[in-house]
Amino acid sequence: MMRRRRLNQLGEWALPGAGLVATFFGLAALVALLVDVATDGLGRLSWQFLTSVPSRRPEAAGIYSALVGSIFVMGLTATIAIPVGVGAAVYLEEYAKRGRWARLVEINITNLAGVPSIIYGMLGLALFVRALSFGRSVLAGAATLALLVLPVVILSTREALRAVPPSLREASYALGASRWQTIWHQVLPVAVPGILTGLILALSRAVGETAPLVMIGALTYVPFAPDGIWSPFTVLPIQIFNWVSRPQAEFHRNAAGGIIVLLGLLFLMNGLAAWIRDRVQVKAGQ
Amino acid sequence: MALPRNAGFERAIERFLFACASLSILVTIGIVAVLAFQTIQFFRTVSPVEFLFGTTWTPLFFDKQFGVLPLVAGTVLVSVVAMAVALPAGLLTAIYLSEYAPTSVRRVVKPVLEVLAGVPTVVYGYFALLFVTPLLQQVIPGLAGFNALSPGIVMGIMILPMVSSLSEDALHSVPRCLREGAYALGATRAQTTVRVVVPAAFSGVSAAAILAMSRAIGETMIVTIAAGQQPRLTASPLVPIETMTAYIVQVSLGDTPAGTLEYQTIFAVGMLLFASTFTLNLASNWLRDRLREEYI
Amino acid sequence: MRRLELGGVRCVAFLSGLALAVVAAGCGGGERAAGSRVIAIDGSSTVFPITEAVAEEFQILSPDARVTVGISGTGGGFSKFCAGETDVTNASRPIKLVEVEACTAAGIGFVELPVAYDGIAIVVNPENDWVNTLTTEDLRRMWEPAAQGAVVRWEQVRTGWPEAELHLFGPGADSGTFDYFTEAIVGEEGASRGDFTSSEDDNVLVQGISTDALALGFFGYAYYEENRERLRLVPVDDEDDSNGAGPIAASPEAVRDGTYQPLSRPIFVYVSTASLDRPEVQAFVDFYLTDGADLVREVGYVPLSPHEYDLVAQRAQERVEGTMFGGAQGVGSSLEALLAASTHP
Repeated sequence: MMRRRRLNQLGEWALPGAGLVATFFGLAALVALLVDVATDGLGRLSWQFLTSVPSRRPEAAGIYSALVGSIFVMGLTATIAIPVGVGAAVYLEEYAKRGRWARLVEINITNLAGVPSIIYGMLGLALFVRALSFGRSVLAGAATLALLVLPVVILSTREALRAVPPSLREASYALGASRWQTIWHQVLPVAVPGILTGLILALSRAVGETAPLVMIGALTYVPFAPDGIWSPFTVLPIQIFNWVSRPQAEFHRNAAGGIIVLLGLLFLMNGLAAWIRDRVQVKAGQ
Repeated sequence: MALPRNAGFERAIERFLFACASLSILVTIGIVAVLAFQTIQFFRTVSPVEFLFGTTWTPLFFDKQFGVLPLVAGTVLVSVVAMAVALPAGLLTAIYLSEYAPTSVRRVVKPVLEVLAGVPTVVYGYFALLFVTPLLQQVIPGLAGFNALSPGIVMGIMILPMVSSLSEDALHSVPRCLREGAYALGATRAQTTVRVVVPAAFSGVSAAAILAMSRAIGETMIVTIAAGQQPRLTASPLVPIETMTAYIVQVSLGDTPAGTLEYQTIFAVGMLLFASTFTLNLASNWLRDRLREEYI
Repeated sequence: MRRLELGGVRCVAFLSGLALAVVAAGCGGGERAAGSRVIAIDGSSTVFPITEAVAEEFQILSPDARVTVGISGTGGGFSKFCAGETDVTNASRPIKLVEVEACTAAGIGFVELPVAYDGIAIVVNPENDWVNTLTTEDLRRMWEPAAQGAVVRWEQVRTGWPEAELHLFGPGADSGTFDYFTEAIVGEEGASRGDFTSSEDDNVLVQGISTDALALGFFGYAYYEENRERLRLVPVDDEDDSNGAGPIAASPEAVRDGTYQPLSRPIFVYVSTASLDRPEVQAFVDFYLTDGADLVREVGYVPLSPHEYDLVAQRAQERVEGTMFGGAQGVGSSLEALLAASTHP
């Protein structure tokens, strides 16, 4: 009897204790990672690093072509993914009858969200690079990434559309507007912040993706920013991968510097998404 | 203010939107078609039995053997290490955040864990190769520079937020009356959590674990950077191995010409990878639906 | 609500405009024509450091030039080259007959240009204190196809060596270094075991060997030169006193005077005749063959003699097509003799 009570008392603080340790482990791992990257890379950050192109000499190498490449590829990915993703979500949410076809598409999208990114790379290689002859270009990379982020865009847009109160739609119909007019003039504007947030989050996943672009045709040495959608290109994660693969410690410092730039870009994007979300809440409160 | 209506325009818009929605189905068909086509070609030369059960993988070399088990073993080894890290840590974190932590702590910790989930995998690869491996080499003498332990641990850290947040959702969806019933019977909080709440949320927690496993299997960059490129059938996490994903990257970096047997191996391995993650995802979804059914 | 609507629409308009601006800036390049100003190079990881250095210096001289360099391996490089996807291909072995056929079938003429000599370095981890020298016989026993699954521990290579696992690292099957090594050591091109860590990227091999005490591997000399503190070079004894007695360590001198055998070889770039018609490619090739010698030395390989470079430049100028090696590896042949023969038919 006494033993059981003591065990119970032990459990009372052992469980939350273990939980606290576990939580701490996760946080500590993140801190370790950031500190490691910062100590290696902060010293490398400079205007020279941001404006130079890759070089065989680590001190002269910089991240310019990769940074511009990343921004360019992201812009193109967004241009492709926005109309298709928002369009698909609008259809599924506003038009489709709740039947078997709609359910099938929903399941399909959820599954696509869980497919490993390298499989998208293989699809992109076979379809965009080879079959459609885009070659190893920005367009092929952006198209592949657009397919990758499409499920996320569709899912988050649907959430945003669902959050629009039905009364808004009904009022619009009552005033005689057609379905598309209702969507375009009433529903979408209200859902835009949510859609944007989801889009930015999807893009911030795309900007960190390496494997699909490696399959599309990441080149080891691309010392210029892309000059068109057919141009060869490199992006931040691939440049980092490149530098990590080289055994010299100086290149590892470059990799750390590149990581800081990449994380900085992600921080900006997520900050933007959070700011948009806050603005909505402020306005909704009015 | 009446806006002009145009029925033809309406129908055109609807058709365009329908096309957008159908595109997602086309993507799935595309993936399966691309993989299946090359895999079928592959199986014309190599028997599926040899592929699935053979223990030597040397498709690019003189003595061509097409047994994929070494790649599967490498993948499973790294994933098991990752789950050994992520599952206990993630579940305990979920228990702590859901049952014990004050709201202020939750509000700080949850976003921070989300940051862990958002870090690009190439950064984790860097961390594994240049921080974790040297650290482990000081503790474990004889640990090779490329091994399964280091990327496994780092992968565990990467999927920890997924396990933790999905488990927390599962724990949350257990109705309060179950907890209150246990308290009414005189159980302590720990007893309630361990013997009532967690078992009640079991299908949700399993769903989280399976989804995390699927993510670990499909992960590419961490293992390409830190695990090595030597296909070998081993249970030791201390030696270089090669995973399915790393093999696909390795061969596409080398660019074998289309139509050759070597080119087809990428797709055969890709098909195996797709089938495994797809099955795991389905299982996870089914379990999650079961949890929802039980309590809603 | 109305305020939100206007804000939302403006937001959408702004972002669409931004995205369109980004794309418009991109489309300014126009059709594939934009791609044709790029000099696309791919191929051997061994030759890559030289081509990278040449490309970098070339782009400093001509800022309008755009050169990209990949490392798909010699074999991968040739398959892209003979598909018309690249203008120049790096190769650490001569072109094979099947590749010549592929190029001919695709209507691609090529000019073969040797650019440097390389010695394949055999390296181990600095903590390895038992391997002092290796004979070509030892190497054959370690790397031949029969060794797969059979020779997996150090004590199986030579009795008296530690009882520990043998971790082998080497270039992959797409690599010219791999082709040359197997021909020179095992006796047949491509004949090798398959159960080792293989990569077309020699940096990965350096990383693997430098962090693993039980490792042994091989790659182009420049990668050893660049990483001396991390690796230990192993002298090789070919048991043939006629070209230097005893074990010889790889070095620029030993490669130059022909004593580091059989692992010394010329390395090449191949240029397509169609690409040579473009002025920027012609300028690049000229630059490679003139200023390239210094860069070869800087990178760690052995430049050809000035006379040999003249003969190579003549090949480029006269657009001498075809290969001097007849599809073989050229183990043991004299480059100068071949060059002289080919430019004065």
